Amino acid sequence: MIDFGTGSGGLLAVAPILTLAVTGFLVIVLELFLRKHTNLAVIGVTLAGLAAAGAYSVMLWDQALSAFGDLVIADNFSILVTFILLVSAVLSTLLTFNRYEKSYLLFPEFCAIVLFAMVGMLLMITSRHLLVIFLGLETLSISLYVLAGLKRTEARSLEAGFKYFLLGAFASAFLLYGIAFLFGATGSLDLQAIAAVIQGSTVPHQPLITLGALLILVGLGFKVAVFPFHPWAPDVYQGAPTPVAAFMSTASKAAAFAVILRVLWSATDATASDLATILAVVAVVTMTIGNVTALVQKNIKRMLAYSSVAHAGYILVGVASWNAAGAASVVFYLLAYTFMNCGAFAVVAYLGDQQGEHLKLDDFRGLAFRLPWLALAMAVFMFALAGLPPTAGFVAKFYLLAAAVKAGYVPVVILAVLNSVVSLYYYLGVVVLMFMKKEQTRLELDSSYLVGSSVVLAAIGALALGLFPSRIIEFCERVMSHVL
Amino acid sequence: MNELVAVLIMFAGAGVVVALLLALSQWLGPKASNPVKGEPFECGNIPIATTNHRIPVKFYTVAVLFVLFDIEIVFLFPWAVVFQKLGLAGLVSMTFFLAVLVLGLVYAWRKGALQWD
Repeated sequence: MIDFGTGSGGLLAVAPILTLAVTGFLVIVLELFLRKHTNLAVIGVTLAGLAAAGAYSVMLWDQALSAFGDLVIADNFSILVTFILLVSAVLSTLLTFNRYEKSYLLFPEFCAIVLFAMVGMLLMITSRHLLVIFLGLETLSISLYVLAGLKRTEARSLEAGFKYFLLGAFASAFLLYGIAFLFGATGSLDLQAIAAVIQGSTVPHQPLITLGALLILVGLGFKVAVFPFHPWAPDVYQGAPTPVAAFMSTASKAAAFAVILRVLWSATDATASDLATILAVVAVVTMTIGNVTALVQKNIKRMLAYSSVAHAGYILVGVASWNAAGAASVVFYLLAYTFMNCGAFAVVAYLGDQQGEHLKLDDFRGLAFRLPWLALAMAVFMFALAGLPPTAGFVAKFYLLAAAVKAGYVPVVILAVLNSVVSLYYYLGVVVLMFMKKEQTRLELDSSYLVGSSVVLAAIGALALGLFPSRIIEFCERVMSHVL
Repeated sequence: MNELVAVLIMFAGAGVVVALLLALSQWLGPKASNPVKGEPFECGNIPIATTNHRIPVKFYTVAVLFVLFDIEIVFLFPWAVVFQKLGLAGLVSMTFFLAVLVLGLVYAWRKGALQWD
């Protein structure tokens, strides 16, 4: 065995990351040299690569292997988040395989870049070193800039890519600035070393550390689209190809929230209480703005974008509650959100055809009479996003708010519940349009079975997590209590 | 703390000097403005076209490829210096890195990035 100067695990600790990277290269080679059936081969290889990464992650479970001098530590928390990311990647890759989408989307490139984005996210969540986290975030961001502008012939997509690029570069600068402040205050970039320095110091409130943590939160808050860093989300989700919007709104959100949890949990109680108050306020403002703006949207993707802003607000409540239950509920919420949001976007992608993407809410009018199963699936996703039982959204929100009550954020929880009530209006509005209105537009549907399978998988996930949540929640709690 | 105060004074001093010089040249400098001074060429040549026209940006792909190999060199130099110490692992890592870069070049080539017309 060649010694790569790595830690206890050798290269095994980064095996999922390496697998995904090599799969990405393989996809590019296939695209270049395969004459026939390129797209089928590409999606096969992509799914196989994602599955292999999942298998490696299972192997790494409970071992906490480290690599590259502890720069990368594959602990259980990171593996748990890896699975959420894999779910999102599989669902959004499947729904790219649409006959209509294929014609304008560079399908092999899409798969390769999604794999590279996964590499970045895995790097982000498996590392405790701020520079490696930044490296992963940049790998993710650059991939997402390209993905958002992948529909090269459409002005909206290019606008989405460019807008995301400009604002994202700005947010990265904030993150780096925050990292610099933390380094200046503690003399280390390793989160555990930083935590040790903070805990060892006698001064309870250190402005430099709080400032550094806040700047890092700005950079990551941009990625998850919390107020006041959310205005890019609707434009980018609307302009980007639907599968890309599904991937961005779930995977990159999960990865960024995982990093937020990791960064914040290395702070002490004094700094923590400062930050938690700020986070709780930001959470309430974020969900209110998201929900209220979503009420008046006419475009389904824009509506889902504002709903995703609102959900970032809910998740932030769990982050702010600052206990193991809160962290576990954040992870569970991210998993549930991945299923329900990918599902909603999958339905939107399914409706796309040669004439257009059918993105107006009015296009859903009377859908239940033409495609009853699709309408049923969409209803499940809308119920889940609204947080109604028996779906995953209800359980996730319930555990999240329970953790917040435990932490003493009763006013925040009341506002969150009121927000959920507001959100019912626009989520159920879609259901009403589908089931209770007469059909208005005729759709010429041309979607493949793979897109349909993405819808089905997401619906199964959204229902299964809602009906049998206890074991997965216990599992999340066990993992989080060991990590924190 | 004392060092920081010195730096601050230095900053303030630099600012004052710059502001002073700009203000002085504004107040004391001779001012003569006529249409000829606004011409692009003060020597008297008449401009034959506006500078505001489209130019082909084909070489931007070449520039992007150049950056690719520029980065490669940046990594190759330090690697070559410690090549002996790194041993086989270093060779394998760098071969992998170079293979990835070559793959990128092949991709750009097949996609026609090197075609000028």
